[in-house]
Amino acid sequence: MIKSGVNLSGKKLWNTEFKMLSGYIAKRKKTKSPLVMTHVVCGYPSFEENLKALEIMQGFNVDIVELQFPFSEPSADGPAFVRANQIAIEQGVSVKDCFEFMRKVNNQFSFKTLMMGYYNTVFKMGEAEFLDRLQQAGGMGFIVPDLPIEEACTLFEGARQRSLSPIVLMTPTNHDSRLQELAEAADGFVYAVARKGVTGAATSMSPELINFLQRCKQYTDLPLAVGFGVSSPADIRFIGDNADIAIIGTAALRAWEAGKENALSSFFSNLLGE
Amino acid sequence: MMDLFDYDDGREGYYGQYGGTFLPEILHTTIEDLKREFGSAKQDPAFWQEYVELLHSYSGRPTPVTSLDNLSRHLGGARIYAKREDLNQTGAHKINNVLGQGLLVKRMGKSRVIAETGAGQHGYATATMAARFGLKCKIYMGAVDVARQRPNVFWMEKLGAEVIAVEDGQQTLKDAINECLRDWVTNMDDTHYVLGTACGPHPFPEMVSWFQSIIGTEAREQFRVLNGSLPNRVYACVGGGSNAIGIFQGFFNDIEVELVGCEAGGFGPGAGNHAARLAYKDASVGVAQGYKTYFLQNEDGNMMHTHSVAAGLDYIGVNPILVDQWEKGRIRFEAVTDQEVTEALKLTMETEGLIPALESCHGFAQAIKEAAQMSPNESVLINMSGRGDKDIFTIADALDDQKWREFIRQKAVEYGI
Repeated sequence: MIKSGVNLSGKKLWNTEFKMLSGYIAKRKKTKSPLVMTHVVCGYPSFEENLKALEIMQGFNVDIVELQFPFSEPSADGPAFVRANQIAIEQGVSVKDCFEFMRKVNNQFSFKTLMMGYYNTVFKMGEAEFLDRLQQAGGMGFIVPDLPIEEACTLFEGARQRSLSPIVLMTPTNHDSRLQELAEAADGFVYAVARKGVTGAATSMSPELINFLQRCKQYTDLPLAVGFGVSSPADIRFIGDNADIAIIGTAALRAWEAGKENALSSFFSNLLGE
Repeated sequence: MMDLFDYDDGREGYYGQYGGTFLPEILHTTIEDLKREFGSAKQDPAFWQEYVELLHSYSGRPTPVTSLDNLSRHLGGARIYAKREDLNQTGAHKINNVLGQGLLVKRMGKSRVIAETGAGQHGYATATMAARFGLKCKIYMGAVDVARQRPNVFWMEKLGAEVIAVEDGQQTLKDAINECLRDWVTNMDDTHYVLGTACGPHPFPEMVSWFQSIIGTEAREQFRVLNGSLPNRVYACVGGGSNAIGIFQGFFNDIEVELVGCEAGGFGPGAGNHAARLAYKDASVGVAQGYKTYFLQNEDGNMMHTHSVAAGLDYIGVNPILVDQWEKGRIRFEAVTDQEVTEALKLTMETEGLIPALESCHGFAQAIKEAAQMSPNESVLINMSGRGDKDIFTIADALDDQKWREFIRQKAVEYGI
């Protein structure tokens, strides 16, 4: 098994520097299972509505929130998030606005935040500048799904120097040798992609999924975050039994779009109980 | 001999700093499998032979090089020749790449193909290939393009393909590519993505370039036979860049031959007015749609609106090999405005009886402009990448033809609208 922060030769690389997100997750895990990670698209429908949604998420004791920086070509996202990205951009949401929003959120709430977005946002700003701003805004790390680990060396190294966690994705299509490479690059937690396809499509709690999560665990001892259209208490229990962090994305966005505060509150209430 | 695809160690798929493979992890295994299959096909002389024989028997290759004597005389400058990709099955160079990838699909044992299309040419060609090879086929096309290219949509559907109008973003080529990537991350087990332009993640730029190199290989030999020497300049329009990289490869090692890429100048310089990534100064380096290149984007890295009278050139990015060769000074880039395109089309029709596609007219316009200043001892070659008669709706609009308008009104009345 490859432990996080240890390379193939067994040499310790960054176990102490990476204490921030890992430490937070370890602490939260002592009191609940699974942890919950939610998602908002910055500036969609508006920053004001984002804040209202986040207040509700805080009320339900959410642990981590992905703040998606809108991008014009969100090719890994499903229709609901594609539309949200597009509208946010049309409304003039800039990268600068997103960092300011992240700082505000981190001052106001106790959950931790991650930047989620596409690599061009990082590349265009410059990797070092991006990481500095992320650190200044109080983010704990980032999820950039279109940046393969081969292309991520300098960004991940810069993150390590700043105690930020680069989140790596493992997927059911990866061969074992690839899972091992991904485990070596990962920190904080591993984002286990439950199925093929874009965000927002439903999957079931299948033996294949359990098998995949077990394969992930063979290669990493980091917490596993998993999402697959999570929408019932049974889904949450399943993740509690087989992984560490439940990812709730599209369903919460749809709830907000359907009925704002009331709909989002009843969605979480149904999912997580009082 | 320069080999464009002899990569430096650890830099597979890179041309200078451009190219690469930037895809979600879920596609890692798929793209690795594709690289391996393509690599073995490229090493297999029987594969190329099968490809060429298929093009000869099914698509009418080799396409000729035609001497445009009347146009040359009219301008009084260099002798002008055209490589006639318009004479291919489906009316454009797109079929070359599509048939090549079709053979690769058979090698991989997949049963379904998807493709993006802008003008509709690549979708039309893919639907044709799928019909011929017995594959399921879905074509993604921006809703704006569906509206302006109905005839191509009509044929794709008649050929058995399902055409999806993409309503996201600008509803043009780039949005169709995003939608293909979304389909592919879901259905990679039985599906191959027949990327039509020489862009996107490695190995696509190399693969499309390899299949399209047949244009340049034929053209160089034909030109020598016709003219006894090589052309002074070769012109090709550049959207994604597949026809340009195709013909340019035939002349890369002939350093005396100048290579000229002709981009869509649209309404002229200024963000949002055009799709000229290199000839104008509105683009910058970025990473999107799986690869690194020059994109028409804003300071946040979000893509800008683009415009061209030619849907096939109306794209945010450009082939990474062409960008690298542009930086190294091997290829010159120029932009041609919509207005210049229309003028070039009229002149070519009237003097030669040829109807180049609006995309190809960008190459004609630049060549016409420059040939007039050159000596009759010199010669130029234009890649006529496609034919324009199938774009009758778009061309009638571009020429603002009143009789055509009246005809459409009458048809509307007949249909009871």
